[in-house]
Amino acid sequence: MTSPVVTRVKQKRIAQLISLGKRFDERGLTDYREAQVETGVIEKAEGSARVRLGKTEVLVGVKIEIGEPFSDVPNEGVLTVNAELAPLASPTFEPGPPDENSIELARVVDRGIRESKAIDMEKLCVVPGKKVFIVFIDVYVLNYHGNLIDASALAALAALLNTKVFNYEFKEGEVQIKRGYKSLPIRNHPIAVTFAKINDKLLVDPLLEEEQVMEARLTVTIEKDEKICALQKGGTGYFTIQQILEAAKIAQQKAAELRKLVVKK
Amino acid sequence: MSKKKVKKLIDEKDIRHDGRKLDELRPTKIEVGVLSNADGSAYVEQGKNKILAAVYGPREVHPKHLALPDQTLIRCRYHMAPFSVQERKSPAPSRREKELSKVIREAFEPSVFTEYYPRTSIDIFIEVLQADGGTRCASITAASLALADAGIPLRDLISACAAGKVEGRLVLDLNDVEDKEGEADLPLAYMSNLNAITLLQMDGMLTNEEFEKAINLAVEGCKQIYQLQKVALRAKYVEVKEAIKEEAEEQ
Repeated sequence: MTSPVVTRVKQKRIAQLISLGKRFDERGLTDYREAQVETGVIEKAEGSARVRLGKTEVLVGVKIEIGEPFSDVPNEGVLTVNAELAPLASPTFEPGPPDENSIELARVVDRGIRESKAIDMEKLCVVPGKKVFIVFIDVYVLNYHGNLIDASALAALAALLNTKVFNYEFKEGEVQIKRGYKSLPIRNHPIAVTFAKINDKLLVDPLLEEEQVMEARLTVTIEKDEKICALQKGGTGYFTIQQILEAAKIAQQKAAELRKLVVKK
Repeated sequence: MSKKKVKKLIDEKDIRHDGRKLDELRPTKIEVGVLSNADGSAYVEQGKNKILAAVYGPREVHPKHLALPDQTLIRCRYHMAPFSVQERKSPAPSRREKELSKVIREAFEPSVFTEYYPRTSIDIFIEVLQADGGTRCASITAASLALADAGIPLRDLISACAAGKVEGRLVLDLNDVEDKEGEADLPLAYMSNLNAITLLQMDGMLTNEEFEKAINLAVEGCKQIYQLQKVALRAKYVEVKEAIKEEAEEQ
């Protein structure tokens, strides 16, 4: 992906501000932009959510189908995550098969949900080895203004919590759909927190412009009991051990804040 | 999980199912300069992993519009052979391979002086001939040596190794079974002289305390691999030196 152009002057200014502990949009280094979560925005999908993180906007739809399980886990449902960087979302996104950025995005979102065991997969089994529910999570980026990973992971979790599974009955080797719905069995709430490293300082929720300046990126996904359940380093730079441990601690606080937006007690 | 799999991976004496201690690497064999066509190449065997890496470049970029005016373009392809795993893998690049190609490429960027060769490309090709867990790490170990063998100026060699959690205990260098049955896997790439982590991924669940220990364990593993890499790299030049000497004696 070629990046939208940020002038050298602006790049320099961003880096300068960060070395002073300030940011381009006047946030603190560990402040998120304003996040808004709406759920149930697409009626035809079994679950859906739209997340706005500043100007970044992501829509996630969840579809449920009946299909075959994988042979190594015959009594578990199947989870599939896909991400589309829709060309309407940025001048740099192009139509075509998923590129490495969209594959990485989908796989990082997938890893958080899978590794935290957020969905109780065994409850999605209809007939062991034959029929299970397949959960399709489709991430749709509508406007790209930095930090797609956190916005997408948050939207995916909100959409899963909003997902209804149709009632069914199993008769004569066929699954028959009955009236009524149940909610999807969700038992964990993974939250992704992404850091950018600029001028050797860590900051959360990077803006588009900050992503262009950053040396490296680190996503830490935290589950409900504050354990770390996924990590992904990106970008062309590096981190020291100390920076990574610091990021993990900040991520735990930030995850708790973000989780309140989607998990209503 | 079926009842048959209850066979333990770590026994009461903290010995793993393949006879290793908790913090022990698999037997590792490294060879540098194994392919004659490539500008640089290396072969790594780590346990049952067999990995071949080749580097071409710096060379002209194709297609030309990808060339960068101020630095070299690093490209990387991580690929698994269809026969490298139990069930045949389709030779078409999977989503996993595309993601790994990206993170491996990004792991190398900090080690290469990219500004030395503007408008060129350095292409890294990695073929996993046999896979047994931890292939991305062994691939990085191999490809870093291939870059050095190609004569590309590097800030440091990159060594990579995973740590993880198996049956409640932290272990170094997980093999395939440990990765699949274990609770967490944390691959890490590291430049030993610069204290720089250039690749970090994790799946599984770790507390803060376990996480800190796992990172340090993986870094220790990388440092051991670094020593093996240096020996392998020197060995190639000893060979070259001897070949030159023999030639001189013949004349």
